[in-house]
Amino acid sequence: MAAALAPTLAPAATDVGSPALNISIFALFVVVTLTIVIRASRNNRSAADFYAGGRAFTGRQNGIAIAGDYLSAASFLGIAGAIALNGYDGFLYSIGFLVAWLVALLLVAELLRNSGKFTMADVLSFRLRQRPVRMAAAVSTLAVCFFYLLAQMAGAGGLVALLLGVDSKAGQSLVIAVVGVLMIAYVLIGGMKGTTWVQIIKAVLLIIGAAVMTVWVLGKFGVNLSSLLGQAVDASGGKPVLDPGLQYGKSNLTKIDFISLSLALVLGTAGLPHVLMRFYTVPSSKEARRSVVWAIWLIGIFYLFTLVLGYGAAVLVGPAEISAAPGKANSAAPLLAFELGGAVLLGIISAVAFATILAVVAGLTITASASLSHDIYNSVIKEGKASQEDEVRVARMTAIVIGILAIIGGIFANGQNIAFLVALAFAIAASANLPTILYSLFWRRFNTRGALWSIYGGLGTALVLIVFSPVVSGKAPLTPGGPSPSMITDPSVDFSWFPLDNPGIISIPVGFLLGWLGTVTSKEHNEAKFAEMEVRSLTGHGAEKAVVH
Amino acid sequence: MSNDARTDRDPYVELQSSPEFAELRSRFRRFVFPMTALFLAWYFLYVLLSTYAHGFMSTKVFGNINVGLIFGLGQFVSTFVITMLYARWADREFDPRADALHAKLEAQGVDD
Repeated sequence: MAAALAPTLAPAATDVGSPALNISIFALFVVVTLTIVIRASRNNRSAADFYAGGRAFTGRQNGIAIAGDYLSAASFLGIAGAIALNGYDGFLYSIGFLVAWLVALLLVAELLRNSGKFTMADVLSFRLRQRPVRMAAAVSTLAVCFFYLLAQMAGAGGLVALLLGVDSKAGQSLVIAVVGVLMIAYVLIGGMKGTTWVQIIKAVLLIIGAAVMTVWVLGKFGVNLSSLLGQAVDASGGKPVLDPGLQYGKSNLTKIDFISLSLALVLGTAGLPHVLMRFYTVPSSKEARRSVVWAIWLIGIFYLFTLVLGYGAAVLVGPAEISAAPGKANSAAPLLAFELGGAVLLGIISAVAFATILAVVAGLTITASASLSHDIYNSVIKEGKASQEDEVRVARMTAIVIGILAIIGGIFANGQNIAFLVALAFAIAASANLPTILYSLFWRRFNTRGALWSIYGGLGTALVLIVFSPVVSGKAPLTPGGPSPSMITDPSVDFSWFPLDNPGIISIPVGFLLGWLGTVTSKEHNEAKFAEMEVRSLTGHGAEKAVVH
Repeated sequence: MSNDARTDRDPYVELQSSPEFAELRSRFRRFVFPMTALFLAWYFLYVLLSTYAHGFMSTKVFGNINVGLIFGLGQFVSTFVITMLYARWADREFDPRADALHAKLEAQGVDD
């Protein structure tokens, strides 16, 4: 079907596959996961149950769940699409996402598991002044979760158009609302246990689906990667899709922009609050280590699949048709599924894509609600005196509020050009969270002022730079007289002065520098508390145990 | 978790200043810091080559497989290898020492 269509003739969403079938497969996924969530969450009583799944998951289960949390729609659909359209530069993107896990493995996961309870702020405030540091850590946690969540929800709208044949704005808004309500249900009923199972099931489906498609594509090219690559060049009209530079090599500025993005990707992962929170769902630091090892293998193998899928989509579907489809680059993987296995495979891949959004937003919601109730409500407002029941009650209420905000935000952001929000979330994690995490784990002298300057400074710098960057305003229109590809599509509005799309190259050094400067200008130091933290983080003494029911 | 003042008899301070703990910490840092420097340097070498050495990265090695693809796949291989090396090192070298110190604190009756 691919070759016959003229590139200008955008296939209406309903041309591809069967929306009824897609919806049925997705409904089946929802029924199965909800059943499991309800069964798994019968004894969700304590805060450790709600926030950390009773710390009873094995390293392998948690590793699979981490992969399910991390392989968002942006990395599954986005990277395959980027490779299909921009070739090698899409592949570059996936490498940053993978290598980043070594930071988490070597420097963060185990020490964090040993010294914290539920949130990132537990570790950051361990030996510093509780209230201001928890507040700062909660603010930056909420900022990362908010941007990430908004990007996911807005992406859901585009997916709906492609996969379910829902073209009207109202229909798409309804689907976004359904996604939001389901997510609230998973979090309320299942807490972290339920969320984890959704992520595990989704990761298994996603990886198996991608594996089947990869083998299928390779089979079509006689299991010869070189021949697939050669045909990808031909299918792209001779564009050098096997060489770096198509997307990022245009000018000196785009090159620096790419380096800035690479910094944020490789340093951001180990500062993402919803990833950090997953390390508390296992009984010990050894299991946390095992989780990351599993996650690295699964994520790495998955990105290798996307390399084949991306080039496969370029050959079998063709860049012209992908660009013309409703979801643009995001439609590469679903269109390839249809090309290979018809409506059934498309239905499965569509359901997996929806499950992906659901699993990721559920993980983000529980992280944000834990931060609001454990850090802000209990520690800042109630000065640590709230009971566990109160804390969990507040967490459930905030989960509902966050869910409703996500639905409204998703409906409002539907169709907006806000794909940059995922990269922004990584930049904030790398600039505001990672410096404070590393300093507090490894630097004896580190103190409250250092933490506050680093978190607020890194966060503020990243936000200010992005607001005054070309992603928000001032990009030249692609066609004369057309809309600007910036978030503000009116080309006459231009208040940008920062030339890069990615703030990391400035904001990450600023975060580290301010953490150092704040520390050396303050005399505060608590040697005993540092000794306790260092001993506990390395030996596992006093680490939170699994809940026994 | 209040910032309570502790005395010199604090078991954590005592353990922290013991030679066994210094040994554990230095072994840990001697492994993870150089390894982190290594993989970050290797990653940024790759990023810089992909950004500024297009000609080199586009050199065909065999068939349609070019230097860039081999370098990129090399990043996957190095990530997997470092992961396995670290897990093996941590299981064999780090855990027994950390567990011994953990047990020592418990034997002193410090709340776990």
